[in-house]
Amino acid sequence: MYNILVGGAAGQGIDTTAANLEMLLKKAGYYVFTMRDFMSRVRGGHNFSIIRFGNEPIFSHSAKLDGIIALDDDTVEIHNKELNKDGFILCDTKLKTENEKAIKLNMDSMAKELGNPKVSGSIAIGAVLKLFGIGLGHVDETMKHLVKEAYLEMNVKAVRIGYESVDTRFRFLEGTTGDYMILSGSKAVGLGALAAGVKFYSAYPMSPSTAVMEFLASKSVEAGIVVEQAEDEIAGINMAIGASFAGARAMTGTSGGGFCLKVEALGLSGIAEIPLVVIDVQRPGPATGLPTRTEQSDLKFVISAAQGEFPRMVIALRNHTDAFYQTIRAFDLAERYQIPVIVLSDQYLGDSTATVEPYDLSDIQVAEPCGEEYKEGEYLRYRITEDGISPRLIPGKTKNLVSADSDEHDERGFIIESSEERIQMMDKRMRKLDKLMEELQEPEFIGEESFDTLLVGWGSTYGPIREAVGVLNEKEPGKYGALIFGDVFPLPKKLLIEKATQAKQLINIEQNATGQLGGLIREQTGIVFDRSILKYDGRQISGEEIVERIQQGGVR
Amino acid sequence: MGDFQTFQTAWCPGCGNFGILSSLKSTLEELGKDPHEVLLVGGIGQAAKTPQYLSGNSFCGLHGRSLPAAAAAKIANEKLTVIVNTGDGDSYGEGGNHFLHNIRRNVDITHFIHDNQIYGLTKGQASPTTAEGQITGVQVTGSINSPLNPILLAIAAGAGFVARAFSGDREHLKQIMKEAISYKGYAMVDILQPCVTYNKINTFAYYKNRVYQLEADYDPTDRVEAMKRAMEFDEKIPIGVLYKEEKEDFHKKNIVLAGKEPLLDQKTDRKVIQSLIQEFV
Repeated sequence: MYNILVGGAAGQGIDTTAANLEMLLKKAGYYVFTMRDFMSRVRGGHNFSIIRFGNEPIFSHSAKLDGIIALDDDTVEIHNKELNKDGFILCDTKLKTENEKAIKLNMDSMAKELGNPKVSGSIAIGAVLKLFGIGLGHVDETMKHLVKEAYLEMNVKAVRIGYESVDTRFRFLEGTTGDYMILSGSKAVGLGALAAGVKFYSAYPMSPSTAVMEFLASKSVEAGIVVEQAEDEIAGINMAIGASFAGARAMTGTSGGGFCLKVEALGLSGIAEIPLVVIDVQRPGPATGLPTRTEQSDLKFVISAAQGEFPRMVIALRNHTDAFYQTIRAFDLAERYQIPVIVLSDQYLGDSTATVEPYDLSDIQVAEPCGEEYKEGEYLRYRITEDGISPRLIPGKTKNLVSADSDEHDERGFIIESSEERIQMMDKRMRKLDKLMEELQEPEFIGEESFDTLLVGWGSTYGPIREAVGVLNEKEPGKYGALIFGDVFPLPKKLLIEKATQAKQLINIEQNATGQLGGLIREQTGIVFDRSILKYDGRQISGEEIVERIQQGGVR
Repeated sequence: MGDFQTFQTAWCPGCGNFGILSSLKSTLEELGKDPHEVLLVGGIGQAAKTPQYLSGNSFCGLHGRSLPAAAAAKIANEKLTVIVNTGDGDSYGEGGNHFLHNIRRNVDITHFIHDNQIYGLTKGQASPTTAEGQITGVQVTGSINSPLNPILLAIAAGAGFVARAFSGDREHLKQIMKEAISYKGYAMVDILQPCVTYNKINTFAYYKNRVYQLEADYDPTDRVEAMKRAMEFDEKIPIGVLYKEEKEDFHKKNIVLAGKEPLLDQKTDRKVIQSLIQEFV
């Protein structure tokens, strides 16, 4: 596996260079994983992407760099210490750096000669391909899809010029993947929503969740979905609830601060039993926090958000496969149980791109509302049933009248205050959890069955933990295992209790300051973690960092 | 013609809401609507309980949030006749931002604001339309905030149908309601209604003595004149359709909805999803 960092100031074209390079690498048959680290500004500062590629599956990023494409001197200064001993710094001759690893090319002036200074990125890409011994066979065809026709020829030429400017340095890896997809976590969520038949998405722009809305908007005409930018977060969720009540599959999305504003309506979905999917792409809080960075600190918030008690489901996305399939499952669960389902992603997963096996639509099923008109007896929207699930009809689709009420209500949906009816209705709603608990997905176990140290994580730390377990088991064979939760609330306990009983040492690994999953597990099972590896600087932990911190011992 | 039933209410005897409920019932019946074709939406407040008291599909949501839910329900299914009944606090206070932006959105829904210039359900605090100087349980030395003029605001913000009515003139109210429901786009009617329990200033007699119907030759397409009339809110208060303009509604403007079957009936094509997946390969 190789790691290449593309760095510079905001506005210098890092995103384009990284996106084009990762696509060319994918087309060469490599597994690719690109993480994106950027500041909350439109110009200047320091942004970078790290593209990792190789011929074995890749689940996370690494900061051990084989190469840097430096668009400014800051990039060299900040990242040269992460460079392996035979690594390179590819940059323009205008950079002041005298680093011995620098390969300086006249990229800017060559680009100007080609007709546009912006094609310097393609020169760098050509040089990188050559350094890693990758041929140009697929370049012409791939570039057609990456750049506008008017700029195609000069970009293809630029890649070739870059290619001719350097010699191959690294051992060539044979590409093996073939027809994999490459996409970001947020696009995978959007694609999942479309596959689930979402018809209405209303939200207010907020980093890093906006990527989901932008993707859905870009496909709205093709897929026939209304994407409405709401006047505020509150309107965003209330619109989604209104659309869902009226029969259009609906979703809203936001990040932590926006979720705060949506909380009252989450309870409306709960008490009025209106299916709703909410994606929370987490970023560090509180308040504005670090807008463009990553954290897993909304777990305890979203499992208890809104006053009162009502059933809900929280699914944390672990990777780009989950992002698609679990989003679809969220819609199905929301419909079948008539509850809000919260999908937790974060900036790391949302903005990073990865190669995945093409998504398979053949087994996808999402439930529909009840639909049948009641011709005998009275239709009761909130009928008391054994499993707590009442018949949901769509208003206007039958002669039956459909109600929704945020007040406590009777079976018809009318306001009540009687003690008996309140208890019946609360019990009815909470009973839905009994059935839901039976179909929870246990956390994924990774590592050796013989483990004595068990690492526990959730969501996007999946990749780094998975990688760390592999490395640790190479160093100390058979010693490490890990459980990574996807379904986090209600908490699936069976496998956890089984594995925790076997473990001599339990370590929770989380991107927050208080060990929120650790706390939830302790509350619900009495299992206490021996150690915690917590990170809350807004940067995703890497596999190598986990290995290092485990070997160091005691970390808060 | 459908038959709309009314149910027992929790309103005070003499409440202006009764006039509104009765006019709404006759309006819907005379328009030939059937209860299952109608979605009544409310937020929270005394007025917002209207969906509970009249047959139809009903959505009683959150305080201030009736408009976004109602607009989205209409976006989902344009065949529904969507009518919001809610108060001045819900519409102009807690829901003020939605009021502004739903004017811009122009979804084909009707908004009846039961404006009694006071908070009823929370027992008598100043609302956004309470007069300056009015003493309440919270504004103990008199409200020092200037009252909002919702009609003027709506016209200025670009609403295509702006009307004022009085709950004490049921026949006139019914005519306005009919016109509002038939209007293609967002139609707002600010309905003056006495709160017999908590507003001893803006009483039935207070309104009765001040309201006058707009003249037969009044031109509701004249926006400047409409704004002038909207500013009459003292000794004389005009009732009627102050402003009306043909505008493209949300469904006409939205490319996914325009000329298509209702959104909830548009099923996602698997082939489209498959081709989207292919775009990432």
